[in-house]
Amino acid sequence: MIPRHLLIGTGFLLLLTVGIGFFAWRTRGRVRQEGAVPLAADERPVAPPASGPTEQATLLVADDTSGALRAQSARIPLPSGRQQRAQELLRALLDVYLGPNSPHPLGVGSEIRDVYLVDPGLVVIDVNAAFADSHRSGIQVEELTVVSLIQTLSANIPGILRAKILVDGKERETLAGHADLTNFYDVASVNQLASQMGAGQ
Amino acid sequence: MPWSKHPPREARLGLALFCLAGISALSAFLLSAAPLDEKRISIFSTVANYTLPVVERNGVDYTGLLELLEPLGGVSARLDNQRWKMRYNNVDGEFLPGQNYARVAGQSIPLKAPFLLENNRGLVPLTSIPTILPRFLGGPVSFREASRRLFIGNVGVHFTAQANRNAGPRLVLDFTSPVNPMVATEPGKLRMVFSHEPLLGPGTHTLTFGLPAIPSATYSENNGVAEIAVTGSVPLFASFSNDGRTITITPAPQAPATPLLPAAAPTPAPAPAVANLPPPAVPQYFAVVDAAHGGAETGAFLSPQLAEKDVTLSFARALRQQLQSRGLPALVLRDGDATLSLDQRASLTNQTKPSVYLCIHAVSQGNGVQVYTALLPIGGDNHGPFVDWQTAQSSLRAVSQKIAVQMAGALQKNQITARIQQAPLRPLNNLTVPALAIEIAPPAGGVPELASSAYQQSVAIAVTNALVTARMQGDLP
Repeated sequence: MIPRHLLIGTGFLLLLTVGIGFFAWRTRGRVRQEGAVPLAADERPVAPPASGPTEQATLLVADDTSGALRAQSARIPLPSGRQQRAQELLRALLDVYLGPNSPHPLGVGSEIRDVYLVDPGLVVIDVNAAFADSHRSGIQVEELTVVSLIQTLSANIPGILRAKILVDGKERETLAGHADLTNFYDVASVNQLASQMGAGQ
Repeated sequence: MPWSKHPPREARLGLALFCLAGISALSAFLLSAAPLDEKRISIFSTVANYTLPVVERNGVDYTGLLELLEPLGGVSARLDNQRWKMRYNNVDGEFLPGQNYARVAGQSIPLKAPFLLENNRGLVPLTSIPTILPRFLGGPVSFREASRRLFIGNVGVHFTAQANRNAGPRLVLDFTSPVNPMVATEPGKLRMVFSHEPLLGPGTHTLTFGLPAIPSATYSENNGVAEIAVTGSVPLFASFSNDGRTITITPAPQAPATPLLPAAAPTPAPAPAVANLPPPAVPQYFAVVDAAHGGAETGAFLSPQLAEKDVTLSFARALRQQLQSRGLPALVLRDGDATLSLDQRASLTNQTKPSVYLCIHAVSQGNGVQVYTALLPIGGDNHGPFVDWQTAQSSLRAVSQKIAVQMAGALQKNQITARIQQAPLRPLNNLTVPALAIEIAPPAGGVPELASSAYQQSVAIAVTNALVTARMQGDLP
């Protein structure tokens, strides 16, 4: 004969299993109703969270509709080093572009690999291959990306005079068939261009 | 004089020199004679370009199959019970000497002449190479039998020839990859022999240029090599530039034919010759219209069926037609589906010296037309007549921007939305003539309308009006 305490224990475990199953079934149904995106669809790389205090920063966000940049304030955890700050700024900018309702969508998997600040006044932005490979092709759309990256750094980190963009650590002829990546950008000229873009709206 | 046991020292030295001279003469004869008689096949692939000897047996040309495949991958061969078995990577082949068939990758293939085995060396007829090689390589090959040139994969080097009479007659040959031909001159001709480059000829093998000094050029292929022979009424001179991608042919510099005469007895200059020369200030082409992208570089896909390179080409041709109907000669830089590098486009335009350069782009988003001038990068300094390549446009930017304003105005008059901007867009910054780019967006009808001749004509007319106005106002020569 089965001892009584074993029967009670088995019955309790069975009840618990049924209860958990019911809870899981309800939760799944609710997630479906809310139209949540399956996790597998979001292939964005997860950047490690930056430590340190948050600061107010200005992102120069490209807007495809107007063909201009617009300033957008954001509180971003900014590390104390200039180079780390530059990386965090551009990663925050990419979060805007990769997020829902992006004003200037970038391809899935686009990432800033590194930003190097080389004295005197040179910034080297290294984006990953997916950034360039998945970028939409066109003079204006590519130009907006380039100007937005440079302007965001220039607006937040003083002393940047020249900028160079690499793809996966290497020089590439163009971003996606149009914007030149072989040369060094003159930040003063890019500032003027950004103003011209705004004026042309 | 009595004979000595040994010949005198001078006699021995003379004998040694005689023998040395004889050996040298024989070697020189053999070395010079061998290449003339030797038939060869040239193979061009992405892995290696190489040449193999061709042997003739019973009136049929043969080459060694092992040697043919060896530079392309792992290859081995053995003789097994009268069968010559070879393996290339993972593909096995079996050949029977004297038989007109073989088995490759388990399939029987016919040979156009018997397979031969000489000193364990397997020889296959050249005519069967297009049948045998694809079985081993797993892809098609292109064999030019008459010239014995074998192309494996997409390796061809194309070229364009552009005659230019400004600043003296010159012929500019632009190649899609660097070339290093053997150049030889003879009276009335300059020959360039391409033995290591997979050069492919133009559609017409005889090109005429209408230049008195350089009237024509012919392309030919023979015995594994390609040759461009440029005819000239004067001695010609070839110079290389653009990392070996451009060859410029000009009349060779001449020494003064007659000594300078004293000032007291001047010889009158032959007036008719001077009168026939075109005035150097007038450009041959008013505009160079550059259809962006081309060849393997498609540009944006405006729709799944419509590539940017096709829209730019059709618009460039429409614009040329409009310009020429207004009496303004125009050159379409890429008048076909060819790949031209940005450096080639800049180089060709700078050598052509048109009044204006106009690059055509197309985009699927937005509306109207964007007119761009160069956003100059950080460049180097100019040194005398040598202009910094990256900022060559700097002295002409103001003119380019003025024309851009006129163009936007003309487009808006035609009810086409237009906007002016600078862009980091090569080759605008490399040009030494006024340079603009236009990016054409679809009209209200959507992307398919981009390819419609009505829309292209309306934009082309507005652009032409702007250029005509700029010329009338003296902004363009």
